[in-house]
Amino acid sequence: MQKEISTISVQPTVAAVPVELASKREKISAHQVCAFFGQNQALKNISLSIPEHSVVAIIGPSGCGKSTFLRSVNRMHEMIPESRITGTLTLDGEDIYQMDAVQVRRRIGMVFQKPNPFPTMSIADNVSAGLRMNGMRDRRRIEEIVERSLRQAALWNEVKDSLFKGGMSLSGGQQQRLCIARALAVSPDVLLMDEPASALDPISTAKIEELMYELKKDYTIVIVTHNMQQAARVSDRTAFFYMGELIEYDGTKKIFTMPSKKQTEEYITGRFG
Amino acid sequence: MFRYRKIKSTALYALCVASVLLALIPLLLIFYRTLSFGFTALNLDFFTQLPKPVGESGGGLANAIVGTMILVGIGCCLSLPVGILSGIYLSEYGQNVFGTSVRFLTDVLSGVPSIVTGVVAYTLVVIPMKHFSAYAGGVALAILMIPTITRTTEEMMKTVPHSYREAALALGISEWKTTLRIILRTSLGGVVTGVMLAIARAAGETAPLLFTALNNRFWHTTLDQPIASLTVFIYNYGVSPFDDWIAQAWAGALVLMLMILLLSIAVRFATRKRYHEH
Amino acid sequence: MTSTTQTNYGDTIFRNLTRAFAFLILLLIVFMVYEMYRTSASSIEKFGWSFLTRSVWDPVQEEYGALPFIYGTLVSSAVALVIAVPLSVGVAIFLSELAPAWLERPVSFFVELLAGIPSIVYGVWGFFVMVPWMRTTVEPLLSDHLGFIPLFRGAPYGVGMLSAGVILSIMILPIIASISRDVLKAVPRVQKEAALALGGTRWEATRIGLSYARSGIMGATILGLGRVLGETMAVTMVIGNRPAISASLFDPAYTMASVLANEFTEATTDMYLSALVEIALVLFVITIIVNSFARLLVWSVTRKNQAGRV
Ligand SMILES: Nc1ncnc2c1ncn2[C@@H]1O[C@H](COP(=O)(O)OP(=O)(O)OP(=O)(O)O)[C@@H](O)[C@H]1O
Ligand SMILES: [Mg+2]
Repeated sequence: MQKEISTISVQPTVAAVPVELASKREKISAHQVCAFFGQNQALKNISLSIPEHSVVAIIGPSGCGKSTFLRSVNRMHEMIPESRITGTLTLDGEDIYQMDAVQVRRRIGMVFQKPNPFPTMSIADNVSAGLRMNGMRDRRRIEEIVERSLRQAALWNEVKDSLFKGGMSLSGGQQQRLCIARALAVSPDVLLMDEPASALDPISTAKIEELMYELKKDYTIVIVTHNMQQAARVSDRTAFFYMGELIEYDGTKKIFTMPSKKQTEEYITGRFG
Repeated sequence: MFRYRKIKSTALYALCVASVLLALIPLLLIFYRTLSFGFTALNLDFFTQLPKPVGESGGGLANAIVGTMILVGIGCCLSLPVGILSGIYLSEYGQNVFGTSVRFLTDVLSGVPSIVTGVVAYTLVVIPMKHFSAYAGGVALAILMIPTITRTTEEMMKTVPHSYREAALALGISEWKTTLRIILRTSLGGVVTGVMLAIARAAGETAPLLFTALNNRFWHTTLDQPIASLTVFIYNYGVSPFDDWIAQAWAGALVLMLMILLLSIAVRFATRKRYHEH
Repeated sequence: MTSTTQTNYGDTIFRNLTRAFAFLILLLIVFMVYEMYRTSASSIEKFGWSFLTRSVWDPVQEEYGALPFIYGTLVSSAVALVIAVPLSVGVAIFLSELAPAWLERPVSFFVELLAGIPSIVYGVWGFFVMVPWMRTTVEPLLSDHLGFIPLFRGAPYGVGMLSAGVILSIMILPIIASISRDVLKAVPRVQKEAALALGGTRWEATRIGLSYARSGIMGATILGLGRVLGETMAVTMVIGNRPAISASLFDPAYTMASVLANEFTEATTDMYLSALVEIALVLFVITIIVNSFARLLVWSVTRKNQAGRV
């Protein structure tokens, strides 16, 4: 787990999709989920099941509801005024919307499209923010977790001598990995990533993809991406959303080689309006 | 025809330039007079000595300088909680009728003449206590400071990008902690600016102190008695017939202006440093 | 299921705490009015509305009327606006149309600085520098050349309505100018460019900008008015403090704010105090009306134009 990842080696994942997906325990399940912004329905009856220790990619054209789905899972959707949600979402069999929202978010971390480290905090403080603000005082323990999280996010080597510099002093790619470390520090079970690499250069992107491969040993990851190759490389399963509906959800290899729906095929081959 | 319009255009712009000059001259004169008269009367005694009785020359306004600080301090103690918390309300939860009316009333309150806040503090504190006091002065200043603090807190918190709030909430940090420790913390530089502006304004106020804090030629011993302030001393000395006192009034005006200048520069500095900590 | 938002205890407490403090501001204003009303009750009862129209002010006979003070406040404010508004607009045009971009920051800093100069400093300067100059130079000059107008007739006292107006105009000029500049800057470029494209001169383009900015400048002016109405120290030191209504601007006068400043500590009887507090109440009501009006105007303008906040 504490292994450093320093070389860039993009996994040829498509070929290496684990086949025994079905045998994994279900981590998150969505049943008939509908999400609304006022009158506007952004999600229509989404039902899908996300297995533990796997990476699920969500793809689809812009505005199809990918982010909305992620944000329904960790209850960020309800923070938007006039928003509404129906259906059932469970985490380990427990209804997410019956739990305390703060508890849900502690168990389901999120990484956003644009890196957003807290501007007034140092690198170390950024990573430990979630812990400190939930009342952890033990400095030693915090330091340990900061180091562990930064290592997991493959950032430790780059920042270990400048832990007390501002988080904003890092490059975009480093900032995004800092945000990943920050999300990992509170030890979630699930990590939601909304286009985590879309603002990054190829090298940073490769690092983050590689990271996901490492992280799925301990976490369940749901990633939204516009990059088809990326979805193919990193994920075990892929869901294709279109106009707020789940069109197809299957093993990544199957989706990218022989999709069963015409819309999916058109989208992944780029023949899409 | 076009030539005529051209000339008219130039002439009118010339008028604009003239109005700039006309507007600048008195302001520069005020600076110049205060500096030149002020400096000649300024010495170390001014900052360390008590006022001398009529007829004796020398002395200073040490008690008045300290008094101003104490009055502003009391004003801060009262206005900071109200200003900052109500500012938080307006920025976080204030998108409703109640929020709009509070916002509007805050703006209205900021236009209330300072002398009126003095009258209110008088009826509120001086009449029940039956004597003038530092508390009464502090209350008057607090009423003046609240609107500035409220509105800057609100405006500054609103400038914090939404993504920081989302990041914090997604970490499982509760809303109120996010508000205080992420949003308020991130906008702190701006909030401090607002507070400093309010302090600068309060420190320069005379009218609300005239009949609340009154004045005191000696060191105050407790806060429930009259207390000296720089501004009231400037006024009393300025309209007095004694050259010595008039000179000290100029010196006081200079000190006051320098204090406010320093505050504004500090504010500039504070806001510039905002994102470069550690 | 769905959306059973279990709010955190802490969140509820915090929200209500901040709401309570916001409510406190509302309460404060109501309370201020109530306090002043209560304290001025005996004067209100005794004089009724005639308080506003009587011009006696006699603490010995306990006869009070606020007319000279209301008159002084209104006229000195009017003089201030007559001087300050055209100059401010000129300055604003200069800053928004003619001044190079690098001037912007120093100018805004300067304006900020000026807004921070305490009124007592203006007062001291006015008292020692401006008033003598008015007496020896400006007022004789005016009465020589414009003496046919009653406004500029009479003995040059130095202290008086004109001096008050001048010092007030100096004080509000930076504020009106800077808001007007913001408003002018917010005028859509296309409007001006259209005028230029049609072969207009630069000034004609500016005029179009001005017509767009008119209500914003109006708002700035009323905001400035709100400030001068209650200005105390500077006025008290230069207006001469005599409760008289006189046609000449050279004559000493009195304003609501200055009578409070001068006589409040001398108010030995209850009726005297009550009358003074009633003056404060009148001043308060007038400034609230003026400020509300200005705010509404500025709000509606900024909402329409998306011009930065004022
Ligand atoms: N804050 C909001 N208020 C109102 N409607 C919204 C809001 N956010 C999203 N929507 C609507 O919900 C629908 C889904 O949006 P969502 O952000 O989930 O799309 P997306 O698939 O993530 O798109 P993208 O790839 O561009 O990020 C869109 O039609 C959008 O118009
Ligand atoms: Mg999205």
